Amino acid sequence: MTTIQARIAKEPGSLRRWVSRHSPPYWLSLVGVGWMVLFFLIPLISGLIVSLETGNPVKGYTLTWNWHIYSQIFVHSDIPYTTFFIRSLIYGGSATILCILIAYPMAYYIAFRVSPRWKNSLLLLVLISFFISFVIRTDMWAFVLADQGIVVTTLRHLHLVSANFHILGTAGAVIGGDVYNNLAFMVLPIYVALERIDVRILEAARDLYANSRQTFLKTVLPLSRAGIFAGVLLVFISTVGDPVNSALLGGANTYTIGQAIQDAYLNNQQFNVAAALSTMLMLMLGVIMFIYARIFGTENIENLV
Amino acid sequence: MAAAHREEGSSVRKSGEGAAAVRLEHLTKEFEGSLAVDDLSLELAAGEFFALLGPSGCGKTTTLRMLGGFEKPTSGKIYLGGEDITWTPSYKRDINTVFQSYALFPHLNVFENVAFGLRRKNVDKSEIGRLVEEHLELLGLSGFGRRPSTQLSGGQQQRVALARALVNRPRVLLLDEPMGALDAKIRKTMQVELKRIQREVGITFLYVTHDQDEAMALGDRLAVMRAGRYEDLGAPQRVYDQPATQFVAEFLGACNLLPVTLDHGELRLPDGSLVVARPGTMESTPQLVAQVGVRPEKMSIHAEGDEVVSRSNRLVATVTTITYLGASSEYEFETAWGGHLHVVAQNIDDRHIRLGDRVTVTWGETHGFWLPAPSDVAEVTSADVIMDDEAP
Repeated sequence: MTTIQARIAKEPGSLRRWVSRHSPPYWLSLVGVGWMVLFFLIPLISGLIVSLETGNPVKGYTLTWNWHIYSQIFVHSDIPYTTFFIRSLIYGGSATILCILIAYPMAYYIAFRVSPRWKNSLLLLVLISFFISFVIRTDMWAFVLADQGIVVTTLRHLHLVSANFHILGTAGAVIGGDVYNNLAFMVLPIYVALERIDVRILEAARDLYANSRQTFLKTVLPLSRAGIFAGVLLVFISTVGDPVNSALLGGANTYTIGQAIQDAYLNNQQFNVAAALSTMLMLMLGVIMFIYARIFGTENIENLV
Repeated sequence: MAAAHREEGSSVRKSGEGAAAVRLEHLTKEFEGSLAVDDLSLELAAGEFFALLGPSGCGKTTTLRMLGGFEKPTSGKIYLGGEDITWTPSYKRDINTVFQSYALFPHLNVFENVAFGLRRKNVDKSEIGRLVEEHLELLGLSGFGRRPSTQLSGGQQQRVALARALVNRPRVLLLDEPMGALDAKIRKTMQVELKRIQREVGITFLYVTHDQDEAMALGDRLAVMRAGRYEDLGAPQRVYDQPATQFVAEFLGACNLLPVTLDHGELRLPDGSLVVARPGTMESTPQLVAQVGVRPEKMSIHAEGDEVVSRSNRLVATVTTITYLGASSEYEFETAWGGHLHVVAQNIDDRHIRLGDRVTVTWGETHGFWLPAPSDVAEVTSADVIMDDEAP
């Protein structure tokens, strides 16, 4: 910077030239910045402001800078929001880990074990469920997995499970739904990362005495880290805040923070509570993702682009 | 073609137990019906720098990949120091490869790239540090250990690839067109250095290239491959001066081909004049029509009135083209029977040769080499290149 300033100071009128020479990148970022301000920054701030309002659904809400709302929802609350938060994080975390375990072999298979002409068809298969709204698909699962549904009745007839066996209403059903609905968001980034690996690098590893396991652990896995990283971001964020899977596949004991926000907003019209919960959720995810990015490195995302 | 195969020197090297570092026996590789490598038998002596030369698609890279274990042969055997390794997986072979694109590990720094093989072999930690530093120094990369491998120039990447392979002290080092991505200037210095390193470490090098100059400059011996087999094998000078086939002659450099007929043990040009080629090469064949090849730089030009030094072969021809190249000039001549001659001459003294001049072209008897008849050659030439060599 000092050299630039010195140069500008030395040559009057060069500031404009410097600006015009260096401005194109900033102009190009304008659309992105505008998008972020309009759809991210403004909602974030307005959410924070709404959370600081007091009032009731009948008389309306006014801004009173009521910061106590944040201690109220966690400490002196009739409703155990802390439990919902922790439960959502556990569900989201489990779903993310399961997604990695299922998606990685899938992506690996498509990237390395399939002839090029089948790759696109298989990727389409991964994406094809997106052709139907995920709410409808989840509802269909609820139908299939219901106590009178085909799966549970068959299992009971075969005496493989006891009479009081359920699938719906369990944590497993909610996590399963999360995994099912988000698998593609894990498969695709991992596939992209794997696809970019030069097969000669794998040959080089084998040439240098690495057996199959070592080749995978020492070259393939580290080289696909960026894909896993991106997949974790996508899946974890969307599963932690998701109200649909827990509402349709879960029960009273699987109530998540996403449902709590939805109910506070739509049913109880406690706009301030809903806004405070949303802000807390965002803050929490932000902190977790920040720590995660610090540990695994942000250059991972750049590598993928 | 079997008659065209010539092997020399190997009988000398073969003496002594296990002298051959690598032996390929009837190695064949078929890709979807086409033969990439066709019944290739080859023997590399220990500590030898062997160049496998040929045009794109001749099967040289496939041969190397089979040696490295990246490709399974359709039939045939590969021996490493007498041990059959045909079906040994690549990670268990005492062979290392310098890949064409170097294939450095992008997520590892220079040090870790070089240490990769040693770590897999569970070499002692302090020993790894010592060996890696030693090899970085050998390749002029001291102080580069902490650099990310992605932030190196092409030449530096190649050195890392070489260090990464050499540090394991393999019995054989395979080099797959390692200079392909380097510019001409770095190539020259790398060639000199590669030769020095090979002499220093004493490992058998198998160097695959399509560049004849590189093969001749580096190889102790070279084999010229074509359509899955080699047409000639020997020391570079022998193969250049006395190639087995027209293809080999022309692949290694420019070559004049004079049509000759064998008449009572004498070779005659179409105009009836006698030519003498290297003895012992034509008597053994019953062919009546053949060719004599002469390298352009072996021929001398004598202007009319010049004193013609007595050399075995002489021709009178007319100058049709003169190309001045500074250090040398290239001349095209038309012979009495309508053939064309290409001659390269160093511009040592002032010449007074102009277009249309009739001059005498002479060459020594050992400069001409006998080649199979054109019809025989034409048949081979038409056999198309089957495989794309660059395809994996």
